[in-house]
Amino acid sequence: MAIKIDKSICDGCPDYQEGRCERICPGNLIAKEGEKAEMKRPAECWDCAACVKACPRNAISLYLPEEIGGQGTELKVQQNQKRSLWIFDKEDGSRKVYKTG
Amino acid sequence: MEKKIIKTDLLVIGGGAAGSYAAVTARREDPELNVTVIEKAHIERSGCLAAGINAINAYLNPGETPESYLHYVKNDSYGLVRDDLVYSIGRGLNKVTREVEDWGLKILKDEDGNYLKRSSRSIKIEGENFKEILADEVERSGVRVLNKTAALNYIKKDGRVCGAFALNLREDRFYVIKAKAVICATGGAAGIYEPNNSGRAKHKMWYPPFNTGAGYAMGIRAGAEMTTFEMRFVALRVKDVIAPTGSFAFAGGRQVNQQGEEYLKKYSRITTAMRLYATVRENKEGRGPCYLDLGHLEADKKEKLAESLLGMCPGVVLKWEDNQQEFSELKVEIEGTEPYIVGGHCQSGYWIGLDRSTTLPGLFAAGDVAGGAPKKYVTGAFVEGEIAAKSAVREIKELPQNFLDINISELITNEYQRVKTVLDNPEGAAASRLEEKLQQIMENYAGGRSQYYELEASKLKQARSKLKELKAECRNLKADSLRDFLAVQELLERIDVAEVLIEHLLYREETRWPAYQSRLDFPQRKKEWRKFVNSRRSPVTGKIEIIEREYKSLEEYSSFADRSQEDFYLEYNL
Repeated sequence: MAIKIDKSICDGCPDYQEGRCERICPGNLIAKEGEKAEMKRPAECWDCAACVKACPRNAISLYLPEEIGGQGTELKVQQNQKRSLWIFDKEDGSRKVYKTG
Repeated sequence: MEKKIIKTDLLVIGGGAAGSYAAVTARREDPELNVTVIEKAHIERSGCLAAGINAINAYLNPGETPESYLHYVKNDSYGLVRDDLVYSIGRGLNKVTREVEDWGLKILKDEDGNYLKRSSRSIKIEGENFKEILADEVERSGVRVLNKTAALNYIKKDGRVCGAFALNLREDRFYVIKAKAVICATGGAAGIYEPNNSGRAKHKMWYPPFNTGAGYAMGIRAGAEMTTFEMRFVALRVKDVIAPTGSFAFAGGRQVNQQGEEYLKKYSRITTAMRLYATVRENKEGRGPCYLDLGHLEADKKEKLAESLLGMCPGVVLKWEDNQQEFSELKVEIEGTEPYIVGGHCQSGYWIGLDRSTTLPGLFAAGDVAGGAPKKYVTGAFVEGEIAAKSAVREIKELPQNFLDINISELITNEYQRVKTVLDNPEGAAASRLEEKLQQIMENYAGGRSQYYELEASKLKQARSKLKELKAECRNLKADSLRDFLAVQELLERIDVAEVLIEHLLYREETRWPAYQSRLDFPQRKKEWRKFVNSRRSPVTGKIEIIEREYKSLEEYSSFADRSQEDFYLEYNL
C-alpha cells in the first residue's frame, strides 16, 4: 500500500455521491466504509497520486512501501488553477516543497 | 443486478488517449451523432496518462517528415512494421499536437515561440493534467461517458460487432450497449508476467497495472485477427520506482556498468531494444548492475529534473526525498521491466486496415490495442483515434435506420448468466491466487525478467500446457462483489492474451527483436522471417490458428480499398 488516508481529516465528501478519491482512482481500489474513505486493495496501488490530488481536504498522502526502500517520507499535493505544490514531509519532521505549473 | 439496454450510434470502449480523441472527432464529424464512451475507471485520470507525462515523444520537429518518422520506426523495429500505418501516423502527429494545445495542454516553448525540442521527435510539455484536459474536451463535445463501466465482451450478431456487454461497478448494473459501430481503445496488457517488485510494491510498474488486455481478449474471443504479439515490450527503467529513463538520458545521463564502462559502445546498431538488451547482457555476464550516470548535478539542475518528473512519476522524487543524505552525484540503477503486450511501443494488437477497421465488421481499433505501428505513443494514439472515428462515422451513415432493432436476447441471457454464476458461486478459487500462478508460468517458461527474457521452444510448450491446466482451474472462480468480479474478468483477459502470446512466440523461429523476442534455439535474424505472424482463435473450436502475412513497403500499399493513398489522406484531412 502506498497511500495513507488520514481518517481524522477525511470527511467522506458529504457533498458528493461518492468520495473524490473513490471516484478518481484508476484502479477502483478505494471505497467508502461508513463515513470515511478506505483503501480496499492496498497491494494494487499504482502510486499515480490521482487520489492525493483529488482529495478536497488533503487527507491522502503518497509514500514508498518498504519493499522498495521507503523511509516514511509522505507526499501531499495541493493544486489550484494550474499550479501545484508538492509537499514532502519527512520522518525527521523536515519539509521540502516543490512548485510546478 | 439490474439489466439495462441502451442504444448508441458509436460506442468507444476505453476513455484513454485514443478513445477520448476518437470520441471528440466523431462528434465533430457529425454533431448529430450519439457517441458513448465506456471507461473502466474515471475518464479524468484513467489509463496511461493518470499521473501525467512530461514530453510528447512522437512529434516531427523541423527537418523531420512522415517519411523520416517511418524510416526511424522501421529501423528501430528491425525492418518489420506496417509501413502504411506508421506513415499515416506520421502524417497526423503535428496536427493532433496543435489540437491538444488548443484544448489547454501546456507545451514548453523557446524565446521564438517554437516548441522546446527534447530530441528530433520529442518536445517538452507540462502534462501533469493531460488527462483532465482530454476529459474536459470530451465533455464539451457532448459525448456520453459511462464511468466505472468495464466492457466484458462484444455483442456479435451475424458476424458483425454491434455493441458490447459491460458492467457498471458502482450501480450494480449490467449494460447491454447496442451500437452501429464500435471503436476498441482499451490499451494493452500488463501483469502477464511477474512484476519487478513484490508485496505492497507489486503494482509499482511502468504500464498501468489496470490495463489488463480487455480489448485484446474481447477480440480474441470474437475471432478477430491479431498481429505480432511476440514483439513484447520491455521498458528500461529506474530500479525500484520504475521511473522512465528518458528524462535522465536527456539530462545527459550516460549508460554505464558496474565498472563505469559505457557499455553501449560495444554494441552495434543502438535501437530501443538494444539499449535494453545490452543492459540485460551486462547483468547476465556479471558486469552489472547498470546505471544512468548523470555525474555532478548542480542544485538548480537537480531541482528542474525533479520538477519535470513530479508530473509523471512522483515516486522517483519521493525516493530522493526519502534518502536522508543530500546528493550531488546522481547515478540511478536501471533495469528491464516485466514484458508488456502493448501496440503503442511495440506492435501487438488487432490487424487493421489503413482506416483502422479490424477484421471483424463493425469494429475499429486505435491506440495501444491496435497492431502494426510501434512507437506511436500518445500522439500516435490520437491520430489513430481520429482515423478510426472518421471511418466509423462514414460506415454508420451507410447503415439502415432500423439497424439496431436486432434480436439478441439469447446473447444477453448467456452473458448475464456468465456473470451471475461467478457472483453466486459460494466456493471457488480467488482470482488473485490464479493471477500469481499465471505470472509464474509466464515468468519461468515464457522468458520473464529472471530468464533474461530468453525463449526456447521446449519451455514455451510447457507454458502452453500449464496455461491449459490453469484455464481448467478458472472454471470455478468466485467473486463476492462486483469489484471482485472485475478481478476475475481481468484474470481471464490476461490468460486469453497469454495463450495467444505463447503461440506467437513459438511460431517465429528466429530472433528479430533483441530481448523483446530472443530465441535461444533460433538466435539469428533471418530474411525469410521478415513477415508478420498473425493469429485467429476460432470462436467455435477455441483453436488458435496462425496466419502469415507478408511485409510490404510503403510503395506497395499504393492503393487502399478503391482509392489511392493520397485520396485517403485528402478525405481524412491528414
